[in-house]
Amino acid sequence: MTTPDPAYNFAYLDEQTKRMIRRAILKAVAIPGYQVPFASREMPMPYGWGTGGVQVTAALLGPEDVLKVIDQGADDTTNAVSIRAFFKRTAGVATTERTEEATIIQTRHRIPETPLTAKQILVYQVPIPEPLRFLEPRETETRTMHALQDYGLMHVKLYEDIATHGHIATTYAYPVKVAGRYVTDPSPTPKFDNPKMNRNAALQLFGAGREQRIYAIPPHTEVVSLDFEDHPFSVQTWDRPCELCGATDSFLDEVVMDDQGRRMFVCSDSDHCARRRSARPEAAA
Amino acid sequence: MYVSVKGGERAIRNAHRLLDKARRGDPGLPAISAAQIDQQLALAVDRVMTEGSLFDRELAALAIRQARGDLIEAIFLVRAYRTTLPRFGASVPVDTAAMTLRRRISATFKDLPGGQLLGPTFDYTQRLLDLDPEAPTAEGAPQTATAEEAAVPRVTDILGRDGLIEAEDGSEAPVADLTRDPLAFPAGRDLRLQSLARGDEGFLLALGYSTQRGYARTHPFAGEIRIGFVQVELYLEELGFAVVIGEIEVTEVQTVNQFKGSASAPPQFTRGYGLTFGYCERKAMSMALVDRALRWRELGEDDKGAPAQDEEFVLSHADNVQATGFVEHLKLPHYVDFQSELELVRKLRREQEERRASLEAAE
Amino acid sequence: MSLAPGFEDPVLEGQGAFRGVLNAMARPGSVQALAGLPQAPAPLSPVAAAIALTLVDHDTPLWLDPALAASQPLRAWLAFHCGAPVVDSPAASAFALIAEPLAMPPLGSFALGSETYPDRSTTLIVQVQGFHDEGPLLSGPGLAAPRRFGALPLPSDFWVQLRGNRALFPRGVDVLLAAPDSLAALPRSLQVEAD
Repeated sequence: MTTPDPAYNFAYLDEQTKRMIRRAILKAVAIPGYQVPFASREMPMPYGWGTGGVQVTAALLGPEDVLKVIDQGADDTTNAVSIRAFFKRTAGVATTERTEEATIIQTRHRIPETPLTAKQILVYQVPIPEPLRFLEPRETETRTMHALQDYGLMHVKLYEDIATHGHIATTYAYPVKVAGRYVTDPSPTPKFDNPKMNRNAALQLFGAGREQRIYAIPPHTEVVSLDFEDHPFSVQTWDRPCELCGATDSFLDEVVMDDQGRRMFVCSDSDHCARRRSARPEAAA
Repeated sequence: MYVSVKGGERAIRNAHRLLDKARRGDPGLPAISAAQIDQQLALAVDRVMTEGSLFDRELAALAIRQARGDLIEAIFLVRAYRTTLPRFGASVPVDTAAMTLRRRISATFKDLPGGQLLGPTFDYTQRLLDLDPEAPTAEGAPQTATAEEAAVPRVTDILGRDGLIEAEDGSEAPVADLTRDPLAFPAGRDLRLQSLARGDEGFLLALGYSTQRGYARTHPFAGEIRIGFVQVELYLEELGFAVVIGEIEVTEVQTVNQFKGSASAPPQFTRGYGLTFGYCERKAMSMALVDRALRWRELGEDDKGAPAQDEEFVLSHADNVQATGFVEHLKLPHYVDFQSELELVRKLRREQEERRASLEAAE
Repeated sequence: MSLAPGFEDPVLEGQGAFRGVLNAMARPGSVQALAGLPQAPAPLSPVAAAIALTLVDHDTPLWLDPALAASQPLRAWLAFHCGAPVVDSPAASAFALIAEPLAMPPLGSFALGSETYPDRSTTLIVQVQGFHDEGPLLSGPGLAAPRRFGALPLPSDFWVQLRGNRALFPRGVDVLLAAPDSLAALPRSLQVEAD
């Protein structure tokens, strides 16, 4: 841990703003999957670049925390680097790239492959928190649909996919139902990660800054991906292992090697991949 | 062999060094000062103060320089700084009738108390690009009318005396503040006006223009445009009265719009209202047009389905700091989601191919 | 009159207290120890005072039970450190502080939120003597497996009321129980087994 920049309050936000965000987080936990409106502040980073996740993390962070920030599963992507540097500077917290060492993990688009524990909180950056938004652009309408549990439109959309393509054509931001009540957006994580949300031991918090919403999935909470009896939910699979660590159960990124069509498939979770490689010294050469 | 790209941190640091260099430009040229921007690019400063929601000419000028003249970036810098400032309270409403006028025109009356005052306007200039590489200088001191000593009544007040224009709600109720509470619909007029005042000039210009072209036309007249200085007063509990804490320049526009009357209201004119910091005439006029269009519900008018009437659409998309962030976030990596889509497209193509093959085999 | 202090370090103690409350809310019926407690005027307990300092401010109307409302020093302490407007009606409150649980109003008399905005509801902060594991069986979000939980003292029909609160879901109140040096939470999502 380093000394936080004295020009800013600890973790940047003023205490009144933190209280406001903390109240929203508690309401979100008490009503799993419900999007709690909150007076998102203007942050010194652009909207759409993680302002919601950053505000949630800032409201959580204490000097004992160890923070990990990932984007696309990786710690070294530029936006993850930038957010990690922001908290290093304003809160002086310890940071890590190792999933199991972190107490708070802020993420964009992935859930780590390493299973999370009860001592951890996963904070998602969310661009559009409303799963019904692309079916109905009006907030006044979607709010009523949630109140009435009127999710027919979503089922129709998914079923239209089946009629057209033979299966559901939603591959990321795949809608889930939380604790049997609210249909919720998992943030644009690939549907590969949806099963990890179900009964996860860690608390999962979601922050959407521009859209001014916070929602939560408490630990051990049932999270079901919407599907149909004759078309059950399934996740992506690859017909090859990670070419760096040999993992067969992780989400793979496709890397274009040259302009001759050569491709390489590697883990999107950079920590998971690095750890597997270091555990197999003969393969690391 | 492939090694995952490391060094995001170093790449960012180097990009920022390049930015600093590009910002300064040719070091052989003198650096531009904030005071020069304030004085010579004053309308840029005014726009940044208005949409940045912070009246501070020097900070706005510094932001414009730091943003290399990108005004939305400058507005963003000002907003981000503004949120860190403590709040001491809210001023009492400014009295624009008591404004020290710099410009005042009305398109509804040829002559009126206080007269027409053109002020420093682009209007009636011939837009001939001055090709003299030296900066144009003022030729001789301008002759200006002596400012009226007495307060100059607003055109809407003149109409109001005869009941010809709707009376304004003089409510003392606290006003909404979208920087402290999340936006919720339906929004009151106070919240709408705040959102429009902070909103993007270009967005409001296009929406206002659309109402003139028939998308929820409101038959507006420029009742009055007044630009000048008003005093800002803060009520102090300890003293029991309000004290002047400063003077700011504002632009106020009130449109006078046709209204046929409804079951509950007699035929009378209605208003659209625009207010900005500094000299932002185009923005204030656009704001007044959009304000009026958004009032269809309270005035019992028809919803014509026009974009400018749609409060959720207008308020959700007026903020250029939000808009630019989300549009530009498409630059961020989306490898994972794209990978998911890529796999799906390949699978769909494979399945189509298989279907075709099996059909051909059956033939 | 001198005013008792609030947190010694408002930033870090407030953060610590919040994480305690968050853990409690995320894992209903689990007991979370709190350290760095302020000494508020009686009858407000240190843990309840820490929760108030962490969550209550100008933006959150506060309801006080008669035992707390009767203490002028406490009202002055809350006014100075939290600044919350004190309201007479439980239904108008964002937070309610309760020192005498046996005399507390029914849960249904607090703000319950609406179907469209269930978050516009009261969070109750109830002072108790302690917790035990011989109460009703709790299950629901936050619980890996059902667990027994109880607190003393609580109204005899408290758990029946809490079942009624669950029946309103997503509307309803959330309850924070403040013991002398720890707290537990009963969010509205909690399922309470009938006797």
